[in-house]
Amino acid sequence: MKKLLLGNAAVAQGAYEAGVHFVSSYPGTPSTEITECMAAYPANEVYVEWAPNEKVAAEAVVGAAIAGGRAMSCCKHVGLNVMADPIFTDSYIGVNGGAVFCVADDPGMHSSQNEQDSRHYARAAKMPMLEPSDSAECKEYTKLAFDLSEQFDTPVFIRLSTRVSHSQSLVEIGQRKNRDVKPYEKNIKKNVMMPANAIARHVVVEQRTDELKKYSETTALNTVENNGSKIGVITAGISYQYAKEALGGNVNYLKLGMVYPLPEKLLKDFAASCDEVYVIEELDPFIEDICRSLGIDVKGKECFTMLGEYTPSMIASAVLGKAPAEFDKPDEIVPARPPVLCPGCPHRGTFFVLKKLGLTVSGDIGCYTLGAVAPLASVDTTICMGASISAAHGMAKVRGREFNNKLVSVIGDSTFMHSGITALSDIVYNKGCNTIIILDNSITGMTGHQDNPTTGKTIRGEATKQVDLIKLCEALGVEHIAVADPFDVKNFEKVVKEEVARDDVSVIIAQRPCALLKTVKYTGHCEINTEKCRKCKLCMKLGCPAISVDGEGTVRIDKTQCNGCGLCVSVCPFGAIEKQD
Amino acid sequence: MSKTSTNIMIVGVGGQGTLLASRILGNAVILAGHDVKVSEVHGMSQRGGSVVTYVKYGEAVHSPIIDKGEADIILAFERLEAYRALPWLKKGGKIIVNDQKINPMPVITGAMEYPEGIIEKLSEKADVTALDALSLAEKAGSIKAVNVVLIGVMAKNTDIEHDKWIETVKSTVPPKFLDINIKAFELGYNYNP
Repeated sequence: MKKLLLGNAAVAQGAYEAGVHFVSSYPGTPSTEITECMAAYPANEVYVEWAPNEKVAAEAVVGAAIAGGRAMSCCKHVGLNVMADPIFTDSYIGVNGGAVFCVADDPGMHSSQNEQDSRHYARAAKMPMLEPSDSAECKEYTKLAFDLSEQFDTPVFIRLSTRVSHSQSLVEIGQRKNRDVKPYEKNIKKNVMMPANAIARHVVVEQRTDELKKYSETTALNTVENNGSKIGVITAGISYQYAKEALGGNVNYLKLGMVYPLPEKLLKDFAASCDEVYVIEELDPFIEDICRSLGIDVKGKECFTMLGEYTPSMIASAVLGKAPAEFDKPDEIVPARPPVLCPGCPHRGTFFVLKKLGLTVSGDIGCYTLGAVAPLASVDTTICMGASISAAHGMAKVRGREFNNKLVSVIGDSTFMHSGITALSDIVYNKGCNTIIILDNSITGMTGHQDNPTTGKTIRGEATKQVDLIKLCEALGVEHIAVADPFDVKNFEKVVKEEVARDDVSVIIAQRPCALLKTVKYTGHCEINTEKCRKCKLCMKLGCPAISVDGEGTVRIDKTQCNGCGLCVSVCPFGAIEKQD
Repeated sequence: MSKTSTNIMIVGVGGQGTLLASRILGNAVILAGHDVKVSEVHGMSQRGGSVVTYVKYGEAVHSPIIDKGEADIILAFERLEAYRALPWLKKGGKIIVNDQKINPMPVITGAMEYPEGIIEKLSEKADVTALDALSLAEKAGSIKAVNVVLIGVMAKNTDIEHDKWIETVKSTVPPKFLDINIKAFELGYNYNP
């Protein structure tokens, strides 16, 4: 039976069919649905969890594999940075049950803070990496990755990109092959990575890479399609699909399903069979550089950009000199529609106050990064998960007390659990005086509502123990902890003023659930009473997508956008906004 | 470039239900025996930003994305998004647009103006069907069914048979809302400009 599946869902199906026992991940677009889909399979067949961060997830997977289970962790490209520590050493340890690490890159940065190319990790960690180009391959490659992992005693990477993860195509659904967890045997030389043992394991790793190179020469993952052309194209992943559409039968293809290690002889032979060879790969010249190091004359980044996503027409133009299709354009500049905080978003109240107080805001990764967008434009910095707290620590130490008294960190509940805790302990330990606002919206929001250690529910929706943020902060040594509702704007402002002025570290827990949660039931909508409205436009400073001003300066609320959250009602100084049922 | 596929682009504002529309379309073309690829965008752009879904079907589909000048149909859930998507429309292609206006943030903050007369401007360059799909959805029983109304209008413009669409709607939407969605689909399918 064939089904239309997202690439991510197909990876999950592949892992399921391969008999995976254990899956642990932290959500991250564009990888999140893999783990969500895993949780749809029966609990007695697959154990699935959200871990507090990628490092924890990867370590759990390493342990599960050492213990004899087939295990997988999935993350986005920047999540792999967090995972890197255990993975580099797991490469030395190898596996018992198969271990697969699935990483989804985001060329074009649809939902990311950078555009890194994760293929470099395969080379750096000396681990094989497979790269599917559509959903059917997602499933097949994932299954194969578990076999390769056990065959070569190595963890294996699957690399996806947004257009593979989030495209649906047809997949043949198969049966799960149930497997017993393999026996566990204590093996200090293999599993305890201290210098003497690691020195010996490094030898094994290099031998393994040689073996994998031999495998790459003959595996069906790497295929040549000879169309009798003088032009050759070496490509992988989504770029293969773009090239295929753009160039059809006009070129010969070497499609690489295994992007590390590369088949040196196959590359050389393929290049020798053509007069002209292009390497087509999004982001960095990874395959290109290896080709050049082998002395193969290829065309790559001199024809194709390192920025963003490719398109078939870009490839047709570069390789065949073909003009792109003609098209019409709008007669004027079309206003952009950047993402915004949703109507009813609890973060809107927080950023309204922070902006009003003119504070420097050290930001973090989540929906609340959108607090940097006009008119709120409140956030000063966004770096990576957890950096709101640690970066503010650095700022405060170099700029001193006066600066610190106008400085706050904002971090979501899930991001705080991910990597905010250690940063907060740094501030407490090193006598910092920062104020940290934990935006507790009761869920991991941006990636589409995943549970985390503060929500009291597992990935399968079962009730579980819940981390108490207040007790946690107390245990870290924070002596001033306030809980405030960001929609009670007056009180929230008062609390923020008090805490930033304090010459000691303090935490404000801004508590109000995400407006998109099913349990949150705002009703009705708000309306402007035009008789009372003095057109001061203070409500416009909320940046609510439902409120706008027409040509005459009259403020209006769009009923189809408003969810009746009432934040604007509490902000209006003239009582001119009224809640309607 | 291979021209074997029919290319449909669904555009709208995050939260308008474009993902369900693309799922119905994807499943309908499979039922009709085509190869298909559907490309969606998740994550940050869904938060009230412009959202774009590509649906391509035919004998064999390679690239999941549609290039500029290559969409046979643009199905727009909002006026400004239809206008923004114009460069992707094939010369002589069709635009189906829900005549709804949702102000983007640069308009709300007063940095830019929402362009006037978008439907008229689009009609000079393309075959445009503009309709008030919200009212039709309301007539069907819920304004949330606006996506299915629009799918109905689009369905009429494809070579996929009516009963295949109905079968797909039945298998794709939650059973609780089936009646409303069938009504919404029919109102769209039978819409006469």
